[in-house]
Amino acid sequence: MVSAARRIELVPAEETERRARRDCSKEPELWALLDAVTDPEIPVLSLWDLGVLQNIERVGHRILVTLTPTYSGCPALVTMQEDIRARFAEAGLTDVDIVQVLSPAWSSQWLSQAAREKLTAYGIAPPGDERCPHCGSSNTHRVAEFGSTACKAMWRCDDCLEPFDQFKAI
Amino acid sequence: MDARAAAYAIGLGDDALVLGQRLTEWCGKAPFLEEDLALANTALDYIGRARFFYQAAGVNTGRSEDEIAFGRDAREFTNHLIYELPRGDFAFTMARQFLIDAFMVPFLDALSTSRDEQLAGIAAKAVKESRYHLRRSGDWMVRLGDGTDESRQRTIAALDTLAGYVDELFEMDSLEAELATDGIGVDRARLKDAWQRTVARVLEDATLPQLATGWNVSGGRRGIHTEHLGHMLSELQFVQRAYPGLQW
Repeated sequence: MVSAARRIELVPAEETERRARRDCSKEPELWALLDAVTDPEIPVLSLWDLGVLQNIERVGHRILVTLTPTYSGCPALVTMQEDIRARFAEAGLTDVDIVQVLSPAWSSQWLSQAAREKLTAYGIAPPGDERCPHCGSSNTHRVAEFGSTACKAMWRCDDCLEPFDQFKAI
Repeated sequence: MDARAAAYAIGLGDDALVLGQRLTEWCGKAPFLEEDLALANTALDYIGRARFFYQAAGVNTGRSEDEIAFGRDAREFTNHLIYELPRGDFAFTMARQFLIDAFMVPFLDALSTSRDEQLAGIAAKAVKESRYHLRRSGDWMVRLGDGTDESRQRTIAALDTLAGYVDELFEMDSLEAELATDGIGVDRARLKDAWQRTVARVLEDATLPQLATGWNVSGGRRGIHTEHLGHMLSELQFVQRAYPGLQW
């Protein structure tokens, strides 16, 4: 079994580009501001960690935020947009436009190693990881393909007997 | 997106909205909690797709997604008939879902190479969801077909009813043929072999008889529907009909 620490992180090309947009941005303080905006249903992951936050730019005097949804019908996207506007407003920034793009299509592979560790600590198994986030056992089974939100499936540990969510690999 | 591609997108959006609405009818009524969640989540994926297709079409026609979804009568809906059939029992819902998932995977895969960037973007996203849906609906066919006598009989009855509605999925009208030639739309007829292979393999695993052929109906893309669509729309569109233009 490959332990979490030794897992080799294969970063998809579109995720490398997303990280480069942030690293090369002339507005690092705007990105830092939005690090406080989290997924309303998984509050340990920021929109950046999740891969939903694709870009932040200044266009003239306005701020343009680009998001991509996780799943086509993810109802959290509306709340995310409201939370982004609220966060900028706290910093006195109100000229904000938010656009949604579908390409490249979101992938659970965009979650960084740090994001995967945050999920495990929160009690959600990261995508592709079938170990119980509570006791670490690999003696688990999937109960259902879908769970409490669009991005999760239901699993149960056959050692500690606790149910847990797994972030779907897509 | 030009007017032809917009009409095409509305047809695909209608397919997604109508099936999504049928799936939402299970919310709170599914056989057990896990399935309730699964059906509702699948419905969300479909309604999300409908919104993307309508938004893409609306940019050209100046109509909002709400106007497209709630402001048209049954004859203006261009969904294929299989999507509008009543949800039936659980076996019927899963058998339809399986036949559609097996179609959606190659269809969306092909659409993801469309020359229209918006259609390609929607399809590239949705095909990932449909692959996931197919795994679940295929598993259910095996559980139901190779399950109890009752689950088996109900599944056979469902497939028997659905068999006459699948040919329409592979029919090309003149608009679709034109868009396929232009590299914008998908040539549905070419997908039938892949679809048949998936269906035949899963039905065999499920110890179910293969789909019977011999009769088929069509008309959805021309606005000719079963009686069921109007009843469904009366519920789907009620709020906007009673309070036109209402915003949440």
